[in-house]
Amino acid sequence: MWCCSSRAASWASSAAGPPHEPFGRPNGAGKTTFFNLITGFFPPTSGQILLDGKDITRTSAVDRVAMGMARTFQVTEIFPELSIRENIRIAVESSGGFRLRPWLGRHEAAQVRERIDEMLIATRLTEQADRLVGELAHGDQRSAEIAMALALKPRILLLDEPTAGMGEQETYQVAGLIRRLHRHTGYTIVLIEHDMRVVFNLADRITVLDQGRMLAEGTPQEISEHPAVQAAYLGTVQ
Amino acid sequence: MSTTTIGAVFDRPARGNWLSLALIWLVLISMPLWIGAVGGYTALASRVLIFGLAAMGLNFLLGFTGVMSFGHAAYFGLGCYGTGLMLRYVTNSTLLAVLAGIVLGTLAGALFGALIVRRTGVYFAMLTIAFGQICYYIAYSWNDFTGGYDGLRGFQRQPIGIGPWIIDIQNNGVTFYYFVFVVFALCIALMGLLLRSPFGRTLIAIRENPRRARFLGIPIARHIWLSFTFSTFFTAAAGALYALLNNFADPSTLYYVISGDIVIMAVMGGMRSFWGPLIGAFVFVVLQDTISSMTVNWMSFIGLVFVVVVLFFPRGILGFIRRRAAT
Repeated sequence: MWCCSSRAASWASSAAGPPHEPFGRPNGAGKTTFFNLITGFFPPTSGQILLDGKDITRTSAVDRVAMGMARTFQVTEIFPELSIRENIRIAVESSGGFRLRPWLGRHEAAQVRERIDEMLIATRLTEQADRLVGELAHGDQRSAEIAMALALKPRILLLDEPTAGMGEQETYQVAGLIRRLHRHTGYTIVLIEHDMRVVFNLADRITVLDQGRMLAEGTPQEISEHPAVQAAYLGTVQ
Repeated sequence: MSTTTIGAVFDRPARGNWLSLALIWLVLISMPLWIGAVGGYTALASRVLIFGLAAMGLNFLLGFTGVMSFGHAAYFGLGCYGTGLMLRYVTNSTLLAVLAGIVLGTLAGALFGALIVRRTGVYFAMLTIAFGQICYYIAYSWNDFTGGYDGLRGFQRQPIGIGPWIIDIQNNGVTFYYFVFVVFALCIALMGLLLRSPFGRTLIAIRENPRRARFLGIPIARHIWLSFTFSTFFTAAAGALYALLNNFADPSTLYYVISGDIVIMAVMGGMRSFWGPLIGAFVFVVLQDTISSMTVNWMSFIGLVFVVVVLFFPRGILGFIRRRAAT
């Protein structure tokens, strides 16, 4: 298994880091494993995970969410039998600390509603808000999942292949959403993607993984000129 | 269509829902008046409410948290024995006895739940059965205290005094029905409040997608434990009432067969709906009563109905009625 070195983890988790960190690499390189390690889906066999210099290697996934880590999954993880609004409501109430509340005060309920509407507008889902998520197109489901992650007020937003399995149109839609989030929020966005057009389109900085190792790191310009990267990935495409 | 079943939990009921809600309560509150006319009797009405509460309590866990328990008889039976033992050995107060039954069942649920809540799926269900069987064998073998195989006798529900009034639930079956009704209504009101709360939504989130719930910051094990505890609370309350109904606590109330009956009621009625298990309990209890007077093989008839419902109406009887009403 690929093990998370403290070096790789500490830059990814630096809140001061660049807002976009797309990962490029061929399949099986360890991108999702990397996400699973830093979000606490399973523990690393060795090494440390740092967030703002603080060791969170033993911190539970739930506590890491409270510390500002929000993620989406490669295969969209949503609540299919609930409407978009209810999907987002659960995220908003959870991050608001209302998880154990038997009811909400009038003021709190209004705040929750306002926050849901904000998320709907940010992800352009207002029109579909009351439809069941399970009935939506793939691109809208993705947007709904991102809206839920956003509702957690993350400091780091981790997106695992947000355009996986999408056509041109939907890829364009989701990439546009990520670009807008980047412009309008202060979040560090870490993006895993194997579609190189998306990566070069969105990224400020790119890290290339190969077989669980870091192959190269740099700006899109540096990466595209990197000989090892060209050999490992770009070369096979072009 | 699924919007109506699930969405109804979250949103304020639409006008149609207010109407069906009013209808349900009207039917329940008037049951002693008409149950005789359709060939039943008052104690049967009480039994419908009691098993309805037990099944709705189980469904809090099964239908709204997505966690299966095959051992809810333990909490039903502990509710029974807690109430019976209290009346037999300690007090003449029916209310205190009911409270004791509820506390005993809920406490057992909370403690046992804490032990098993990290197990999932079949392992969780198996452990719930095991705990129920432990309780059964304790009640079965502790002759001096619980009456053993013969069950606990020698207690009677007592009239309830409120200020200058005395409510005679002891000899008047109809008055006792309304006592059961009040406890039922209080429990159901609490259940409805919980399911519509932010807490209730976390449970539905866990049912729908535990992985997503976890990565929204919901501590899953803790919430399942809470759901389990509330669920045992409702089922224990039903058990407490059952002891009063029969003036008797039977070790078979702790037996896993009762757990299975409660699961059948919930699934047959419709486990994705709030009221489904009550309808399931009604069908089960009434069928049991009518058919068992004709043949000892009454269970095979209920089994047949159950198979038909599961095969043809996967959302249960209530789910089927709703779908028909919608089209």
